[in-house]
Amino acid sequence: MRKLLLDGLLKRPLTEPAPPPDDAGLAELATRIRRKLGRSLSIREVDAGSCNGCELEIHALNNAFYDLDRFGIRFVASPRHADVLLVTGPVTRNMREALERTWNATPDPKWVVAVGDCALDGGLFAGSYAVEGGVSSVIPVDLHIRGCPPSPTALLQGLLALLEKAERG
Amino acid sequence: MTALIDLIQQGRPVDGHRPWPRAIVDADLWEVAAAHLAAGDWSLLDLWGEPDRVHMTLLEEAGATVGTVSLDCPDRRYPSIARRHPPALRLERTLRDLYGLEPVGLADDRAWLDHDRWGVRHPLGSAEQDFEPLPKYRFLPAEGESLHRIPVGPVHAGIIEPGHFRFTANGETVVRLEERLGYVHKGIDSLMAGAAIERAAMLAGRTSGDSTVAYALAFSAAVEAALGMEVPARAVALRAVMAELERLANHFGDIGAICNDAAFAMMHAHTGVLRERVLRASDAAFGHRLMRDRVVPGGVAVDLTADGIAAIRALLAEAHRSFPPLVTLYDETASLQDRTVTTGIVGEPLVRQYAAGGYVGRASGRSFDARRLPGYAPYADLPFEVPVRHDGDVNARVWIRIQEVGQSLALIEALLERLPGGPLHVPLPAGSGEGAALVEGFRGDVHAWVRIAADGTVERCRLRDPSWFQWPLLEAAIEGNIVADFPLCNKSFNCSYSGHDL
Repeated sequence: MRKLLLDGLLKRPLTEPAPPPDDAGLAELATRIRRKLGRSLSIREVDAGSCNGCELEIHALNNAFYDLDRFGIRFVASPRHADVLLVTGPVTRNMREALERTWNATPDPKWVVAVGDCALDGGLFAGSYAVEGGVSSVIPVDLHIRGCPPSPTALLQGLLALLEKAERG
Repeated sequence: MTALIDLIQQGRPVDGHRPWPRAIVDADLWEVAAAHLAAGDWSLLDLWGEPDRVHMTLLEEAGATVGTVSLDCPDRRYPSIARRHPPALRLERTLRDLYGLEPVGLADDRAWLDHDRWGVRHPLGSAEQDFEPLPKYRFLPAEGESLHRIPVGPVHAGIIEPGHFRFTANGETVVRLEERLGYVHKGIDSLMAGAAIERAAMLAGRTSGDSTVAYALAFSAAVEAALGMEVPARAVALRAVMAELERLANHFGDIGAICNDAAFAMMHAHTGVLRERVLRASDAAFGHRLMRDRVVPGGVAVDLTADGIAAIRALLAEAHRSFPPLVTLYDETASLQDRTVTTGIVGEPLVRQYAAGGYVGRASGRSFDARRLPGYAPYADLPFEVPVRHDGDVNARVWIRIQEVGQSLALIEALLERLPGGPLHVPLPAGSGEGAALVEGFRGDVHAWVRIAADGTVERCRLRDPSWFQWPLLEAAIEGNIVADFPLCNKSFNCSYSGHDL
């Protein structure tokens, strides 16, 4: 174990430079963000019916290459600690209430980021008896990050855009 | 004992069902099959339905036979299999929810996937718009002094899929765990019906995101069987490269995540890097980190170039260099072993009864691997071992993954060394038919069954995740363990919610 720890200290970190914030994301945010967050964002992730592909890439944000923590962005266990809900999936009817309750449990000010093509409009699952068809049909959405699933870089760009906008107030 | 093949022959054979036979049986033969399942002679691979018919795919390991039996049930009733063979329980509850097919003799009358939120009852059967609300869901009772209940989910603390767990605990010790799933039910069965094959393949690839290659492969193989077509040799090899990359990525992720649930973050950090390297190599080689929509009916959608091969070779070299020290780290850290060894034991009789596949089965003595039985190309020509252990605890499930990492690395190397040339894809012939496939995903065997209509669309498609037969065993694994060890047990199973809920 000591050798692995030492290696970690002596070698160049794997972490990559931050990507530029996503401009399209900035435009979409427009008027919604009203308060400075001081470069700190707590995120509660909610899977509202995704295939789990988006979760895998959201997870990847925590690995050494992307190291989300360095931007002051972190995932929290409770919506009560969250500034942002990161919602994936087409919102299944069976998850609708849980999503609404999670949103209600998140203190204001709060933002909702919908992740993935399903979260935008239901994606491939649109039209099914079992899905609502997109996060915005259930709770207000501030930012969409497209992709099936979006890459960690795309996720990072979207979140940094949110943060920059928040900083400018 | 009747051989499975004899039972099939006693039924009325369905022409053109490939690669294994399907026969329409009467209720008596259906009961004979139930008796063989109950006696442990055969294993249940799947139980699914159509509006007026139920199907069951059976495996006889001794005779290396797979076969499907079907029972017409115009009155929407069929003799329950679960009454005698509990692994069918949730499948039968699902059939009732989706199709309104009633398993006669089943004591459990609770809904499973239907949470009374769809606005329609029996959506794939009579699709009633006007119905009585379902009774409140009754969790199984656990009675006694000082028992308390802990409800968890559907929204969990981590970045994971939604599902509800109802623990009954006595102090720290779990007396009973009951799962309540169905939260991510998307209605994939209904979306499949009538879909063009291309769209259906995309849906299959989005049934369980971590197994997108396995699902696309299972669906494609079933379509190809139904149409009686061969896939070019290069496509077969590239599919296997993708499937093994997917297995690597998930196993690396799981090994670290299990250790992380024992608060050993260092392992998680290092395997997280390895997982990321697999995804990057996959992206470089096949143009998508998860290799989604890369396996298509008829072949593969992208070629593997020299640059792609170089990226995969670099990954293999890196994994050979950095994974062994991590295995040593796992094996020599006493505080970690203290958490994983003897935790969450599943006995061999249970994994055999449930025909649990993947690391859950193999950690408890069941060596089944769909790459071997029924087997599919190109694995018959490749050397690999299927690791088996008998201790059945969290540690055993970690070790099966560790050993499978070694096997997958060797398989990819062997595949790259003799990559055949030729076309990537052949057009699908016109025609109709029925086909099935069993494909070994990282989690276990994925079953796909498809009926292609005369107009070339998918008339019906069934996809069964390995988790159907693993979720119930998690309830057994946690019994008598402490609540704090549940994350470890759960992560060592890593069952799919989306693949199960469909």
